[in-house]
Amino acid sequence: MSQESFIESTLRGFARAFSKALISEQAASQPGLLQSFDPRVRVLGVLALAISVVVCRNLVVIATLMGLTILLAIASRLSVWSLARRVWFVVLGFTGLIALPAVFITPGSRIHLLQGVDLSISAQGLRTAALLVLRVETAATLMTVLVLCTPWIHILKSLRSLRMPAEIVTMLAMTHRYVFLLIETANQMFESRQSRMVGNLTGPEKRRMTARTAGVLLSKSVELSHEVYLAMLSRGFDGEVRVLTDFRLGALDYLGLTGFASAACLAIWMGR
Amino acid sequence: MTETPTAAFEVNGITFDYDGIPAIRGLSLRIERGERVALLGANGSGKSTLLRILDALCFPTTGTVSFAGNALTPDSLQRNGYSLTFRRQVALVFQNPDVQLFNPTVFDEIAYGPLQLRWSKDDILRRVNETLSLMGISHLKERPPYRLSGGEKKRVALASVLVLDPEVLLLDEPTATLDPRSQSQVVDLIQQWKGTAKTVITATHQLDIVEDIADRVLVLEAGSVIASGTPSEILANQPLLLRANLVHAHRHSHGNIVHSHPHQHPHSHDEHEQQ
Repeated sequence: MSQESFIESTLRGFARAFSKALISEQAASQPGLLQSFDPRVRVLGVLALAISVVVCRNLVVIATLMGLTILLAIASRLSVWSLARRVWFVVLGFTGLIALPAVFITPGSRIHLLQGVDLSISAQGLRTAALLVLRVETAATLMTVLVLCTPWIHILKSLRSLRMPAEIVTMLAMTHRYVFLLIETANQMFESRQSRMVGNLTGPEKRRMTARTAGVLLSKSVELSHEVYLAMLSRGFDGEVRVLTDFRLGALDYLGLTGFASAACLAIWMGR
Repeated sequence: MTETPTAAFEVNGITFDYDGIPAIRGLSLRIERGERVALLGANGSGKSTLLRILDALCFPTTGTVSFAGNALTPDSLQRNGYSLTFRRQVALVFQNPDVQLFNPTVFDEIAYGPLQLRWSKDDILRRVNETLSLMGISHLKERPPYRLSGGEKKRVALASVLVLDPEVLLLDEPTATLDPRSQSQVVDLIQQWKGTAKTVITATHQLDIVEDIADRVLVLEAGSVIASGTPSEILANQPLLLRANLVHAHRHSHGNIVHSHPHQHPHSHDEHEQQ
């Protein structure tokens, strides 16, 4: 990879992060099934489904919950391809790596023998790995659907109304609030580096540059988080989340809550 | 017997350091209600730190600070909800607008302060729209702040504080990064507050705006006040401005002759006298 493409691809990555944020904000404001519920119902409902996914031990039931989540995403006008890119491929990469050894080391009836390496795949191992990957995929998809369909500030206010401690909500608020600032700072650092570089970078030089940038960003993140917090404090922030929208539960919300709760209970009962 | 009116701020012998590096050293000052004060100093002279101390965002290591007769300490701010009362009366515009803009849209950004100070919903909507219009940024209200230009960010940051209509405004380099027209708008705003009950404390190193934004100037150097006076007195004192790194030797040539002299910033009085 040439030095230009290395830096340019990093810069493109930053630009993508900004555009993803913009797409999320647009998705949260468009009409859709999940968006039509009160934010507290969305948070509670998705949390209930996520808990049922974690508790459930039946592959078919978890797969059904995954199917329901995809239907919910489509009804909420989210792109399935975007979900696949944001969640499914990434989760498959990370969780698949963790689950892979289970395929070979879990004792059980052998279904295939890998020639030459003396490793066998057991049915129980395959099931364990599939269970882990499917659980994480479904839970991550549920959470992504919630985040894409709900403005972040509404999620925070819902968490507070569900009695989550103010300190934790403040930490979440802070993380979200200065992440863009950090991306912008990193972007500027790479742009300034790009404007001063001639010639190609070798592999070790690229790694050194990335490590230095990460180090500087880490220091800046500490300073920035403090500055952002002071700016919030200066305008009266006291740990409580306040938004202009009043949360009110209507008939549709009660219906939705019943639906989410029923699906979660049914999944837990069937997936014992 | 007439009672001495309570000052907006009274600062007595404060010191403050950042991890052992002194930023403020034995600084004392008194700022009256309704006064417009400029804190003039070069970079690193302690202007921003002083503003943060006045906004009770950090507290001096030694010495005392009081606002309207009430001591500003971490304990006093927690007592009987004084923090809310204080935040309703005093507001700070940060030097770096990026740290001040953390909401999803410009509208949310400007509504953030009033929401925290528990205004009614109707008041918030009315005041936010008025402020957007006043600052000429109504067209930006649905935009995310982090995608704005530097000048636009500064205007939004100013709007996010002006919407609160506080009694005391602390402005840290309010015209930095603004284009000339926007700079002039900010100066005009501060000028409008002359003679009102609003106390305005502006940290700046731009000498050309000092006469317009302040009735009194405090010159800071290395965390201490080294001079105080009216804008015309301070601006006429070239040795003082040179010492505080606020002017520099201006080197230029006339044909083959190269010479240098202090960089002059003629102010309105000089020009009127010449006419």
